[in-house]
Amino acid sequence: MKIKENLIHGLFMFNALLVVLVLIGIFALLVNTSIPAFREIDIKEFLFKAAWNPTSYVKETYGIGSMLVSSVMVTAGALLFAVPIGIGTAAYLSDVASPGVREMVKPIIEILAGIPSVVIGFLGIVFVGPIISRTFGLPNGLNAVNGSILLGVMALPTIISLSEDALSSVSKTYSDASLALGASRWQTVIRVKLPAALSGVIAACMLGMGRVIGETMIVLMATGCAPAMPKNFLDSVRTMTSTIAIELGEVPYYTTHYYALFAVGLVLFIITFCINMASDMVLHKYQGKRG
Amino acid sequence: MNKKKVTEQLGFWVLRLCVGITGLILLIILFDIVTKGIGKVSWRFLVESPRNGMTEGGIFPAIVGTFLVTMLTAVFAVPLGMGCAVYLNEYADDNVFTRIIRMSIRNLSGVPSIVYGLFGVVLFVQMMRIGTCVLAAGLTLGLMTLPWVITASEEALKNVPQSYRNGALALGATRWQAIRSNVLPYSISGMLTGTILGLARAAGETAPILFTGAAFFLPFLPKSPFEQFMALPYHLYIMVTQHHSLETARPIAYATALVLIALICSMNMFAVILRYKLRKQKKE
Repeated sequence: MKIKENLIHGLFMFNALLVVLVLIGIFALLVNTSIPAFREIDIKEFLFKAAWNPTSYVKETYGIGSMLVSSVMVTAGALLFAVPIGIGTAAYLSDVASPGVREMVKPIIEILAGIPSVVIGFLGIVFVGPIISRTFGLPNGLNAVNGSILLGVMALPTIISLSEDALSSVSKTYSDASLALGASRWQTVIRVKLPAALSGVIAACMLGMGRVIGETMIVLMATGCAPAMPKNFLDSVRTMTSTIAIELGEVPYYTTHYYALFAVGLVLFIITFCINMASDMVLHKYQGKRG
Repeated sequence: MNKKKVTEQLGFWVLRLCVGITGLILLIILFDIVTKGIGKVSWRFLVESPRNGMTEGGIFPAIVGTFLVTMLTAVFAVPLGMGCAVYLNEYADDNVFTRIIRMSIRNLSGVPSIVYGLFGVVLFVQMMRIGTCVLAAGLTLGLMTLPWVITASEEALKNVPQSYRNGALALGATRWQAIRSNVLPYSISGMLTGTILGLARAAGETAPILFTGAAFFLPFLPKSPFEQFMALPYHLYIMVTQHHSLETARPIAYATALVLIALICSMNMFAVILRYKLRKQKKE
């Protein structure tokens, strides 16, 4: 009986260990597959050079500069409107809405969270794109603005539900004290609850940011994907994720180009890993202060 | 005093506007796809294969492919995910080891889906020599779904009152007997709810299956897990961007998007109803 019990315990423990192994495995395989790329590519050139032209007849160049700029651009654009709307919606749900309204709005956010990114990307082409091309008088609407809007839509549910969790977990004594001192409900939300939940809200936005940077299908479909350094938001952009998606299907295995794509994946992995760790740290700081 | 009231009302209206925008976004998405897609959806569209260079016919192989790959995803992610949750909530103490596990779970759920795709290509397609097929895609999606299943299952396990465990342990049951008889039966529907939500998300994912098994067009259904397959999200992507005649393919694309959304929404609905029933049971 004791042996069986220990065996089961061990089995579950091994199971949990597997999760750590998967994370290490992803990192190790990415590093391992990227290393051969740097036999031919200078690592400084890879990180800082703008031009990515692996199929040139004259001289192949592997610089992820323009992709980095593109990724940062669409991410910033997306957060620019997803963060205020997301926090506003979260504040409404946690502090203003009646329970009935809350029960009605929550499914909306859940359904929005469930819409696959490929469908959002599709709407970028058939719905948002034409509007943008008409508004700005462009031949087509597949550019950074389009991608930013769609990515913002995708990030909204994440930001809303996590921010709402943070706002709801602020102790009721805080708002009670504020209201008792004569502050209005609005002042309580803005001056007491939001500051108290700030680290949770920031963590929510950072997780939203991580999802936006790693999103592939939306940028692949809606941003035009021209491999050049974008000059403004109406230019077509090509992010790290869409470069991998476009080129990995056509590249022969075990070539420098193939390895370089994994190096792009590694950079992407490291960026999202850092964002996740940072949001974790922000969150823990907040829990530590209140516990 | 009056000014305070006005500011308050103004502020609340700004917040209401935020909610309105969020609702409007969903409304636009659903309205556009339903109105433009519904005309093309018919019984024949669901049960026929694409014909004439994918300008006519239905999406049957894509539906079957998505179904198959999601089943495989469940086969890999569900037992492993639930097992991990049981370990974390029932066995583990709060120490460095469990903290590393939890950190890994949080990080795994933040890894971009295209990176899972890269991982799948190297590990399953090449190193394990499975090739691009249903199995490789299912394994890749399974890994991606794993952290979601763990988080949801742990949440469900946490909701079981501690007294249930103590009762069984006090009667002389071992740890595992207590879990089996007094914890799992009360948490299984909660675990399933979260799991179904995770699987619905996996069913709509495109990036991880791009290079691990999804095919442009196949005249036959996959006969074994070692063959390529068509999938709804990938089919939609192709119809919108890669098709030789985008305008003729557009109605099919709309209808495909509608079917995909309907599939995912019904999976979500199923999970939500399950959760609702569970809550009612608890109150009684």
